[in-house]
This record gives sequence, C-alpha cells and structure tokens, in this order.
Amino acid sequence: MKTFDYFRPATISDAVAAAAEPGAAYLAAGTNLLDLMKGGVTGPSRLVDVTRLPGLDRVERLPDGGIRIGALVRNADLAHDPDFAKTYPAIAEALLSGASAQLRNAATVGGNLLQRTRCGYFYDVASACNKREPGTGCEARGGENRLHAVLGWSEACIATHPSDFCVPLVALDAVVEIEGRNGKREVAVEALHCLPGDTPERESVLEPGDLIVALRLPGEARAFSAHARYLKVRERTSFAFAVVSAAAGLRIEQGTIRDARLALGGVAAKPWRARAAEEMLAGSSPGPDAFHRAAKAALADAKPSGDNQFKIELAQRILVRALTLAAAGTPRRIPALPASPFSSVSGALHDA
Amino acid sequence: MNLSISLTVNGVRRDVELEDPRVTLLDLLRERLHLTGTKKGCDRGQCGACTILVDGRRINSCLSLALSHDGADIVTIEGVSRGDQLHPVQAAFIAHDGFQCGFCTPGQIMSAIGLIGEGQAGDDPERVREGMSGNLCRCGAYSGITDAVLDVQQSLIEADQRRRA
Repeated sequence: MKTFDYFRPATISDAVAAAAEPGAAYLAAGTNLLDLMKGGVTGPSRLVDVTRLPGLDRVERLPDGGIRIGALVRNADLAHDPDFAKTYPAIAEALLSGASAQLRNAATVGGNLLQRTRCGYFYDVASACNKREPGTGCEARGGENRLHAVLGWSEACIATHPSDFCVPLVALDAVVEIEGRNGKREVAVEALHCLPGDTPERESVLEPGDLIVALRLPGEARAFSAHARYLKVRERTSFAFAVVSAAAGLRIEQGTIRDARLALGGVAAKPWRARAAEEMLAGSSPGPDAFHRAAKAALADAKPSGDNQFKIELAQRILVRALTLAAAGTPRRIPALPASPFSSVSGALHDA
Repeated sequence: MNLSISLTVNGVRRDVELEDPRVTLLDLLRERLHLTGTKKGCDRGQCGACTILVDGRRINSCLSLALSHDGADIVTIEGVSRGDQLHPVQAAFIAHDGFQCGFCTPGQIMSAIGLIGEGQAGDDPERVREGMSGNLCRCGAYSGITDAVLDVQQSLIEADQRRRA
C-alpha cells in the first residue's frame, strides 16, 4: 500500500477544504477503500477521515413524512431500525442482503453509495482498465465477462455498480445532500452515478471535495411499504454481490396498481430505474401478464457486452418474481435469507 | 503528523505510537500488542478470521485503519474467558466440534459473540447461518459451528425465561 497523510478534520468545511486537494480521498469505515489501497488499485496521498464529524450519524424524521439519514449511519444500524425497516422494507432487505454482518456493522450509508465496481479487471492492476487508468483499454470486453453490464455500457467500460442499497433508493426517489467548495446542493441518487461513455473514470457527478452528508427519502416513498421487495440472484447463498437484482414497490388500491416503482441492480454502471416498465404497470391489475410485459419493457434496450446474454433473461425473470412477491405483500419480518429467491420457511435448510 | 493513539484492549488501556499511518487494527493487535489470537486470513474482509469486537460490534479488523479507531474499546479472543473459565461460546464450540484445524476459530467465536449480542438470529438455524456467513471455514465445520451458536442461544433463551418466571 502506498503511504499517505492522515487528517481528521473537526468540521465539514475543514474536511471539504482538505479533500479538494489533488490526491486526497475521504475515509469513512474504509471497507472498500482500504481493500482497494491494499491491492494498489487506488493510492490516495491523503486520507481525510470523516468518521468523527459531528451530526452525520443520525436518522431524523422529516415534517413531510420523509426521513433524513446521516452519511455516517452504519448499514446494519439503518437496516435494524424497526421503524425504518417497516416504512422502507425493500431498502432494509437490500441492506441485509449485502456483504457480511461484520462489514454491515462498519460500512456507512455514504460509503455504500460511492463504492467502486467489483470488475475483476479493475481490481487486477496487471490488466488494462480504462476506469483505473484512462486510455489503457478494457480487458473485460474480451475477457471473463459473464457478470458484466447489459445496459448503458460502452466500448470503454462494461463494469457494473455493485450496491444493493442503491437499487431501492433510486426506485424510491432518494436524494443525497452534498457539501462542497461552493456550498450545499442536492442530487437525486438516480443522477449521482455516471454511465461510462468515453470517460469511465468519472463514476459520479461529485466534484473534488464534495462530501455526501446525508441521504433523504421523500414522504411519498412510504406509500409502497405494504408491497415492497428486493430480490437478488447470487452465485452462492450469502455474502456475494448480485448477478442481477431488482427492487419492486407497488401501491395497490382495490385490486389495481395505482403506482409502481422498479429498479435493477447488477446490470449497469449505475442502479437502473425502469421508468417505462413502471408506467406500463400503473392502472393494470397485478398478475403475470402485466408483470411479464413490464419486465420485457425494462430490458428492451439491453444488449450483451460479452458472455452475458443470459443476464437479460435473468433480469426479466427476477423482475417478474420481485413484482409477484411485492404484490403478495411485504413479509412481516425480513426473511432469514434476505432477498433470496430461494428463501425457505424458518428453520428449514435452504438447500435441502 | 501525530500518530499516537489510545485503545482499551480487553479492558486494559494501551497507548500506542504508530510509525506508519497504514497500520490496520489487525496488524496493531498482532504485531504491536502481540495478541496473535486474532488471525490474518485473507486480509481483505472476505474470510472473517480477523473478526474482533469494537465498541461491542463485530467488525473485520483487517479493513479497519488503526488511526481511525483512536479511543475505541476492543475485545479480542484473548479477552473473552474469565481466567480458566471459558466463555459460553468457546465451551459450546468444543462441545459441538465447531472446528477442525482451528485457524478460523477465533474469528468464528468473536463473530458468534457479536451475532448473539445483535439479537437478530434467535434459535433459527437459517438466521444463524446467514448471520455467520462472513466467517469462512475451509475445514467445513459449519454444522458444528451452527450447533454451537444455537446451543448458546437456547441457553440464553432458557435463562431469560427463568428470569421472567
């Protein structure tokens, strides 16, 4: 690991000033950053430790019925907040389907939003990677790429965004509050991450020094709590990134879908909101016909970036499954295997 | 740059002068404090062998920058027994053959203590397995590990019922 200067600011403005310098990076829990630094994938010359900044570790209820989550709230604390899990069950399920209990105890809300892709070629410093070293090429394009993007990719980069948490967040119109050199601003989570285009090294709209201080969910997001699920296909039962995942939220009145929210994970360089599919679902009656039509619409623009044609079909099936389970109603308690399509009844072996 | 930190490790205050900002909690415990019970498996947060409790929560010490944890209260496998009296989770691992080679065991035990403290798994084996999925065991002692954790959970549930009766 390359060495670095360590700075622990006392205020947000000190943090922003220190992190705006070239070569600086913010450090929260470090569950992704230290891993990348150990592998030589990234080598900041200065770490700005934000973990002691005051006021960023709170969950606050807002007058409009929404919620404001400080950027330093730990993933596990948010997922296990009973009121939060009841109000935003798909978000809690997504959080609990990610990583391991140890990592969720450390990892922060802000850090999760900004975690880097898990593309193996990005991680392997001996491989060409336009994201890690712009202009060097993309070895994933002709390499082992069955888990890579099927939406929004470019010849320069076919990596996916790995977050589970972000998938229901974009479905529910979450917003991040940012403090930077030019003051405060807000960005929708859906607009936070960039598609690769010709500049895959630019992963978000954040400018040097920009610090995510909080995440906000609008009051309207509560309307989906009775019919909300997150589902995630993994290559092992637990502690694995998504091959494909989906968040589904429905507002059903008198047997008709009034409003739908849908997003996919593991398919693109950003969490993928499926607005066309949402519009098709509104006004229809919940069932296989409507769900299959919506899933097809959600993947209409998909194309394989390599050996991953199967993900297009898989994404449609997982969308149909997520919608079916959401229509059946949010479970009273998050299942023993959160987000698993193979979840069994309590106490039974999942693979028996 | 001031690189000195204070930690409470297994109940004892330790003041440590770090010569390098890159030191993780894992390396600090093993190489500076000579507490080698905490193991370095993958060193990348994937195997759980380095699991410790920091301020009561189980985390991967390999992905924790020591400087960032100035003032923390740490418990390692060396701090869980009371003299010769094993911690109930340690005793249950022996009773249920929850290990073979033993390398992952300190991390498994610290993770199990953390899991029990979190109070989410209860006596559901599927929730225990899911809650322990951050700890790999190459010998495949998972069945005994699950039984050990369930045994301790059951004892706690019974003790709680006796208190309420």
